[in-house]
Amino acid sequence: MKIVRTAQAGTLESQDVLITVQKGKPNTGLVIELDSPSAVQYGSKIQSEIETIVMEFKIEDVHIKAIDKGALGFTIKARTEVALKRACE
Amino acid sequence: MEYVENIIGRKIPKEVNGRKLRPFRGIGMEPIPDRKTATKIRRRLPGEKKLLKSIEEAIIKSGLKDGMTISFHHHFRGGDKLMNMIFKQIAEMGIKNLTLAPSSIHPVHAPLVKYIEEGIITNIQCGVTGPVGDAISRGKLKGLLIVRSHGGRARAVEDGDCRIDVCFIGAPTADEFGNLNGVEGKQACGPLGYMVPDAQYADMVIAVTNNLVPFPCSNISINQNHVDYVVHIKNPIGDPAGIVSGTTRITRDPIRIKIARNCVKVIEASGLLKKGFSFQSGAGGISLAVTQFLGERMREKEIQGSFGMGGSTSALVQLLEEGLFKRILDVQAFDREAIRSLKDNSSHIEIGASQYANIHSSGAAVNVLDTVVLGATEVDIDFNVNVVTESDGRILHGIGGHQDTSEGAKLSIIAIPLLRGRNPVIVDRVTTVTTPGMNINVIVTDYGIALNPKSPYYRRLKRKKTIQYKTIKELRDIAYKLVGGPPDPIPFKDRIVAIIEHRDGTVLDVVRQAKDK
Repeated sequence: MKIVRTAQAGTLESQDVLITVQKGKPNTGLVIELDSPSAVQYGSKIQSEIETIVMEFKIEDVHIKAIDKGALGFTIKARTEVALKRACE
Repeated sequence: MEYVENIIGRKIPKEVNGRKLRPFRGIGMEPIPDRKTATKIRRRLPGEKKLLKSIEEAIIKSGLKDGMTISFHHHFRGGDKLMNMIFKQIAEMGIKNLTLAPSSIHPVHAPLVKYIEEGIITNIQCGVTGPVGDAISRGKLKGLLIVRSHGGRARAVEDGDCRIDVCFIGAPTADEFGNLNGVEGKQACGPLGYMVPDAQYADMVIAVTNNLVPFPCSNISINQNHVDYVVHIKNPIGDPAGIVSGTTRITRDPIRIKIARNCVKVIEASGLLKKGFSFQSGAGGISLAVTQFLGERMREKEIQGSFGMGGSTSALVQLLEEGLFKRILDVQAFDREAIRSLKDNSSHIEIGASQYANIHSSGAAVNVLDTVVLGATEVDIDFNVNVVTESDGRILHGIGGHQDTSEGAKLSIIAIPLLRGRNPVIVDRVTTVTTPGMNINVIVTDYGIALNPKSPYYRRLKRKKTIQYKTIKELRDIAYKLVGGPPDPIPFKDRIVAIIEHRDGTVLDVVRQAKDK
């Protein structure tokens, strides 16, 4: 799929995450910018959850900004999926 | 570095920065020192005066020099202005290399970070919250942070482990001869309990007040025979509105209310909730709800308790005024209602830090407690509790009375949600042990209640069919399943920045410098 617009999903409420999806610069692949209170202990898990969803969409260059407020894995995945769907054709 | 393992399995260096450490050996296992320390003898002849007009004059008269130890109280909590004010003056006077040993440091003391960086403050002995803790975690303090409980601090001051050269007491009301109280005047903050050991054991005691009253003042909580000078200034020493902090409001969160209700169920099941019952809880949201729900049950069952212990809150004051408790013993006020009650109600009794919680005394009030309900940042499967370090390894909280009350009370309950954001609260091994698991009886979470099998109340509580229990490992597994597995280890540097003392002066754990993100 192809990203045609910048799109968001989620909120900044406690235990939620705000995902912003943008078209990445050519040949930069997947870039994740993560801001999370759990970054030290769960940062790598959050990154891989976002990656899993991006892989399903088969998108090449994408910039994802995740402002996390302590969301659990299923929330991270669901918000990423919706943001990507909104961003793609 | 040479290490010794303490009784709870933590490796304690034999020495840090020339300071010899004694590993924690268990409750009552460490031999006690022979005598308490003695304060310097001072003399005031008839006709000599104590009243001064400026902070500068007071610091000069105090004889404060490089390398000394100074102390303050935290009864104004987030509204304290005195510590920043004094340090501004100390910095101007060029005094350096001080050990700061107040009863607590709060986010309002963020300006101290600058003085730490400049080497004006080089050691701290205190519980710290906010930016000062963050700065220490990042290695900015040249020396060490020693974290003690409130009772541990009183013990250290009286035993001489923490010799105070100059103590500055923010006094809401004072007379010109140094009788002080905390309940009168615009700056009323409630008890001055944490400064009682300092007043008695510091070599020099300076009271700073905005409200000078004719001699003798009433409601005396610190006596003139301990106070060397009284400074009368206009700039406010504190803002009582800052006493109520974010954590001291009652919760509306249904999850936390459920936890609070379950705490009350456990207290009832323990058989302790009967005539003469005594209780302490903190000022956190869950604790306040427990106090309220406990009041409901005491009303229904027509039980009158002997005393509630403070940190006092309006929730506790209400129970006193209804006659559900006969007395409040109070070392610190958490809101205005509590201050008013201490002033007006003779059944609301002020106590000093040693009377409250000093293990090296002829018996502290915590020893008479039936139940205490406490919080935690982390609890591990050995029931060890961490209240000091955050999930990123930084020092962000003090111990307060956690160690003292959990050790003294018959039944200590930790009331916590299973998750905080994505971080599991129940883990394999806490980052830092600040209260040993042997003092914890019950863990109440939103996903279930776990009993410490080593608790003397284990069998009695287990028999009750009104409560479903889980093991602590089951709770940990639920938490790990929800968050997607155990947490990644927190990366630390090698340097030790803080020592966590048990209330008897031995060492429970050490904290290392945090790695920057």
